[in-house]
Amino acid sequence: MTPHALEIKNLNKAFGGLSVTQNVSLTIRPGERRLVIGPNGAGKTTLFNQISGDIRPNSGHIYLFGTDVTHLAPYRRAHSGLSRTYQIITLFTGDTLEHNITLGLIGLRPSRWQMWRPLSYYGDLTTEARRILDTVGLLHLATHPISDIAYGEKRRVELAMALAQKPRVLLLDEPLAGLSNTERSQVKSLIASISRETAVIMIEHDMDTALDLAETVTLLNYGRVIVDGDRDSVIADERTREVYLGV
Amino acid sequence: MKWIGVALVAASFLFPPFFAGDFYINLASQILIAAIFALSLNLLVGFGGMTSLGHASYLGVAAYISALLTSRYGFGHGPAAIISITGTIVMAAFFGVIALRATGLGFLMITLALSQVLWGLAYRMSNVTNGDNGIAGLTRPTPFGISLDSAVSFYWFALVVATVAFLMMTIFVSSSFGSSLKGVRDQPRRMAALGFNPWMIRWITFIYAGFWGGVSGLLYVYYNKYIHPTSLSTTSSAEALLGVIAGGSGTLGGPVAGAALVLLLKNYVSAYLERWNMLLGFVFLFIVLVMPTGIVPGLTRLMTGLRRGPR
Repeated sequence: MTPHALEIKNLNKAFGGLSVTQNVSLTIRPGERRLVIGPNGAGKTTLFNQISGDIRPNSGHIYLFGTDVTHLAPYRRAHSGLSRTYQIITLFTGDTLEHNITLGLIGLRPSRWQMWRPLSYYGDLTTEARRILDTVGLLHLATHPISDIAYGEKRRVELAMALAQKPRVLLLDEPLAGLSNTERSQVKSLIASISRETAVIMIEHDMDTALDLAETVTLLNYGRVIVDGDRDSVIADERTREVYLGV
Repeated sequence: MKWIGVALVAASFLFPPFFAGDFYINLASQILIAAIFALSLNLLVGFGGMTSLGHASYLGVAAYISALLTSRYGFGHGPAAIISITGTIVMAAFFGVIALRATGLGFLMITLALSQVLWGLAYRMSNVTNGDNGIAGLTRPTPFGISLDSAVSFYWFALVVATVAFLMMTIFVSSSFGSSLKGVRDQPRRMAALGFNPWMIRWITFIYAGFWGGVSGLLYVYYNKYIHPTSLSTTSSAEALLGVIAGGSGTLGGPVAGAALVLLLKNYVSAYLERWNMLLGFVFLFIVLVMPTGIVPGLTRLMTGLRRGPR
């Protein structure tokens, strides 16, 4: 049996007296499309931060392809095939789009330690960065600094930067937040076109768009997994209606 | 256009020996030494986002080791230089481990504390360092048998070292490692998520900056033929930091311009004005108000503005 892409076992995290993750267990198959929903403050982003290693859980375990990564530093997890995007756009504002993507590329290559050759020496990096920008429809802005481009375009760079790493597990934290309808459909088709070798776990509030992309859904509330399973069964579940859809 | 400016500035360093008297040549040598020191600090402050108030440690320790080895233990200048640079690197590696437990203000305070320890030692361990009297009667090295005792010959020596230092540090910051460093400065969390090890990147830079700090320390002690605990003092660290910020941190020319400014004010203006510190204060106030990002970025923007014409 192939191991799960991501497995979370009995994860707990509390900030002081406030439990933000309570006994969360999840399994994600390779290539799965998972949507994580829940009201504000349900602990969705905190869960992501524990998976990526930004926050250490109080107890429990996280496995990436069968390897326990609970105590690994974030950069080690990136080398194990994990990538993520941020709810609050986290880009290198003063640098060009091309340079942003290039950073995503060299992050996983030994050349990131190179101290005596200029970055421009690696022509293949530029080619690859431009190819990736093309897939998100931003090639024409490649040499512009991030500070020059519109919000919706920054969202796509966020995504492109993570995709550049060819992750096996990709965490998307509200990739559609703040986008116009046109931009939504652009980003939606982008997410839909992500390779099936990548498991995608997505936090998103825009149910209309997100449900189309999801195969499975996890509902969190007060740090607990309330319902977990196939998209249709979770949507049909009474508890989902109660907590989230508000009947 | 930009390259013409750079070439002009570079060429201006070739002139002093032919036109100026010893006083100005010596002043120019001191500027070169301070420039190497400021450039090395700028790796931390400007490119790494690590504001250090203890960078004089590397200058001072390299200078003291070389002074002690040559004057007391009869070492030649070559071996003494190698040992003092190695010692400085080891110290930077060790201090880096301690200081990089924190970032921002915490980092600044740790670097300050560590340098104060060294300054205190230099003062109090008078059986080794000769305390407040400093170590006098030192000599300059004679690379390839060339004496560096005249102002002109020392200037050429300092210019060669400074040029190599400038080029090496320029290559460092434009390499992919340099890009990683700037990335860690701007978005450490993102960089970690992308697979970079922020701590290791900072630590390596810390050691590299310590190395060039040590090189400037050797030139410093060769130039002065004397070493005193003030070389390790906070004032010495702070002057360099002011130079970096005034010149433009995170730029390559900035620290050179800043170091020149501080030294000119300190050595030239002080001959005419007793309260030169006050003038220094006013100059910095002016820079902060008019060109908050520093002289070099400020002037660059001014030039671009002029070329585009009035808006």
